[in-house]
Amino acid sequence: MTIISEAILNKYEAVIGLEVHVQLSTKSKAFCSDSASFGNEPNTNISPVSLGLPGALPYTNEAMIKSAVKLGLAIQSEINRFNYFDRKNYFYADLPKGFQTTQDNQPICKGGKLKIILPDGSSKDILLNRIHMEEDAGKSIHDLDPKYSYIDLNRAGVPLLEVVSEPMISSGEEAAAYLTELRKLVRYLDICDGNMEEGSMRCDANISVRLKGETVLGKRCEVKNLNSIKNVQKAIEYEITRQIELIEEGIVIEQNTLNFDANTGITTPLRSKEMANDYRYFPEPDLLPISLSEAYIQEIEAAMPALPEQLVVKFTQEMNLPEYDARVITAEKAMADYYLAITDSCENCKAASNWVMGPIKSYLNDKGLSFSDFNVAADKIAAIINLVEVGKLNNNQAKDVLFPAVIHHADKDVQDLAEELNLIINDNQDELEGFIDATLAKFPDKVKEYHNGKKGVLGLFMGEIMKISKGKIDPKKANQLLISKIESLR
Amino acid sequence: MKIDKETVDKIAHLARLVLTEEEKNRFIEELSEILSFMEKLGELDTTGVEPLIYMNEHVNVLRPDEVIQEISREEALSNAPLKNEAYFKVSKVIEK
Repeated sequence: MTIISEAILNKYEAVIGLEVHVQLSTKSKAFCSDSASFGNEPNTNISPVSLGLPGALPYTNEAMIKSAVKLGLAIQSEINRFNYFDRKNYFYADLPKGFQTTQDNQPICKGGKLKIILPDGSSKDILLNRIHMEEDAGKSIHDLDPKYSYIDLNRAGVPLLEVVSEPMISSGEEAAAYLTELRKLVRYLDICDGNMEEGSMRCDANISVRLKGETVLGKRCEVKNLNSIKNVQKAIEYEITRQIELIEEGIVIEQNTLNFDANTGITTPLRSKEMANDYRYFPEPDLLPISLSEAYIQEIEAAMPALPEQLVVKFTQEMNLPEYDARVITAEKAMADYYLAITDSCENCKAASNWVMGPIKSYLNDKGLSFSDFNVAADKIAAIINLVEVGKLNNNQAKDVLFPAVIHHADKDVQDLAEELNLIINDNQDELEGFIDATLAKFPDKVKEYHNGKKGVLGLFMGEIMKISKGKIDPKKANQLLISKIESLR
Repeated sequence: MKIDKETVDKIAHLARLVLTEEEKNRFIEELSEILSFMEKLGELDTTGVEPLIYMNEHVNVLRPDEVIQEISREEALSNAPLKNEAYFKVSKVIEK
């Protein structure tokens, strides 16, 4: 690939639309009762329906409908009240029925929008075109046998939502932010685990470029089966440059389906099909239509969990957290839940936020755990914060000594542990005065310096007081007392 | 309406059917007859009439999200012409 100049790249803009397949985490499949779980022995999650046996009749899973409505409500789509399924006909070895059950003209959700946050802190609303329900195909395995392909039908019939954006994404970075938000949302709604590497979310990107100011869209290429957010971004960035280079060389871009190789970072055309696909869609006669009442939709709406954007508003406006904290905490539902659980038993929200983003998160990162795996109950953390708050515990001691002990003895009472570890601040005034007097006596020169206006030496005194008291003092109180003592020595 | 040979070829390909010349000629005639018959319906004025998709008025026949193992893997594989103990085997669908 030749390098083209920034100036030339800047003449163009990219127009990108994403299709994301969200695999629903239902227990059973979309139209039959076999298990929809991932990782079972091949061809054990099967039934006459998923095998496409003659005469087998499908039966719609209510959880799929509910999940689709949840996601639709979360992105402010218009929910289609009258739904039916269509057959998309084609032959492939991992599709035994000879058709995929999907929704063609009447998707369950129309329109909607998703707010994305870019790395520079700015935001943009990406409009959605539609969300429709469909079933997944089985899996073909090509490398187990030199002569044959092996077919595993465990995934055949697992419910999917296909989320289609409008073509208004304009860079790889925006695409990555869009996927991050969508993944966060499906996890908050608890309808999909969001694991792209395991195929729970798969993304196809439609990419075209045009000169800025041009209103006609360029010829688009579709990059298939991108399996991580990073790869989506890389594939789009590669493809934009490739297309601009071709146009600059006067070559016409062919509408094509491409494959992205994550190892080399380049896109290559998939083998072209001899004949254009003709799917001959028609309404699925074996499944009855789904009519969604106002009451049904309202019931789902009433049971919706707080969504990340709503939590950001709550955290910043009601709890006075900085926007940065609110965004970090809401990135993961389990983290936001944990934070909220701490604030149930303590007043100091900022302290709770600091604990969640600081010691707890770094401990969990170290161990490769997530917030949902954390063994310490949130009210224990609240108890630590409250001990610091009332001046009975030094904050550094809390983080460095008490916190590891609490993790180790998650069943013990926090106050008892702090006492056992001898961390409770002695509010004995005489003892504190003793530490201060000893310190001042140790550094008479520094006391003089202070009296000559060098206030910075206070830090040195505090350090010494902390050291000899082994941290078991209330720094605020010690600081006040230190100043009054040193002033009285003038 | 007259169907041409090209259309019969296309439909046969989509259905993965191999037809003899004789069969193709027969299908040209039979399919044309069926379409002409259906064209009759086009004479009716259906302006403002919603398309009827389902003859039956039932809606929302739904199933709770529960797992039921209806058949075993052994049973699932038993009808397959090519298989091993765990997989269906088919002719290679991609070339390397």
